[in-house]
Amino acid sequence: MKCRVCRAPAVLDIRRHNAAFCREHFLKHCREQVRRAIDDQHMMAAGERVLVAVSGGKDSLALWDLLLELGYDADGLYVGLGIGEYSDASWQAARTFARERGLQLREVDLAAEYGYDVPRAAATTHRSPCGACGLSKRHVFNSVAVDHGYDVVATGHNLDDEAAVLLGNVLRWETGYLGRQHPVLPAGPGFARKVKPLYRLGERETAAYCVLLGIDYQVEECPMAEGNRHLGYKEVLDALEDRSPGAKAAFVFGFVDRAHDRFRDEAGIEREGLGPCAVCGSPTTTDVCAFCRLRQRVGSRAVHAQ
Amino acid sequence: MVLRNPRRELEMPGPLTVAALLEQLEVNPESVLVIQGDTLVTRDARLSDADVVEIRPVTSGGAE
Repeated sequence: MKCRVCRAPAVLDIRRHNAAFCREHFLKHCREQVRRAIDDQHMMAAGERVLVAVSGGKDSLALWDLLLELGYDADGLYVGLGIGEYSDASWQAARTFARERGLQLREVDLAAEYGYDVPRAAATTHRSPCGACGLSKRHVFNSVAVDHGYDVVATGHNLDDEAAVLLGNVLRWETGYLGRQHPVLPAGPGFARKVKPLYRLGERETAAYCVLLGIDYQVEECPMAEGNRHLGYKEVLDALEDRSPGAKAAFVFGFVDRAHDRFRDEAGIEREGLGPCAVCGSPTTTDVCAFCRLRQRVGSRAVHAQ
Repeated sequence: MVLRNPRRELEMPGPLTVAALLEQLEVNPESVLVIQGDTLVTRDARLSDADVVEIRPVTSGGAE
């Protein structure tokens, strides 16, 4: 295959674009897609302080690199989840990336800071590990951003992630979740703005970006995610994409451009009912926020077990 | 070749294209990268007996 732009030997084909690219033009394609995502969705302005949620995986490290390439002032935040060797290797990848580039990586270890980790939360609350993990990370990302004056939190959600979440939300008609599923969630009282600059890039592209730039990311899959529903949705969508290239992009971009507005009010109603958590002060629709309730449940089970 | 997640090594007789290799392994090309050295190879690339490639899954999970 030849590069669509310069006819040099290609390194990656992207069937939904009906195109292949050489190394140089593939990297340019990634920068252009992120630039377009940021501009089209008004994600952030020049000079704003960005906090990148960094897991040590391909998406978050590619995102951090791309935002720096595009001239943004971006620090990283790593949350230690306590998932054994997987977390150790992920943390190492994030630290190495930051150290080699002289970047600031903030670090919050769930066990040290909040007295629990993801395996313990899942085991003691019978919540899914991914549910406890997502809840914890969202809380920490937001509170660090608010406490340290960042304008925006950027996460590495890519096109495949958004397509899988959208499929799950549509299958169960989760209208509140559909109202909140957007590349930009605006700031509100106690909430930093949240953006997903990679939503126009597939995960094959973010992985290729890292390989071609020699970014050493955590390749292994999280052992606690194995067999989860999200991965099942991705498998279905990959099969669909193989038969019908462009299906995932049409699904996600069509939702963002033409359908999301129909669900926006549902998310707005939830935000109107927000008040401060009685324990931590974070915005919540209940007296005590879901994060503090999780901590309390893990803590009380630990006391009973002693 | 080296396959990841879980990591294992296989030998396949060449020559064959990347597309044929993935088909024989029943791997969806949308879900992997094929890596040779420090670069990537497209599905029409021909691999010989002596070539060493890594087939790396790109799908990551972890959502509610």
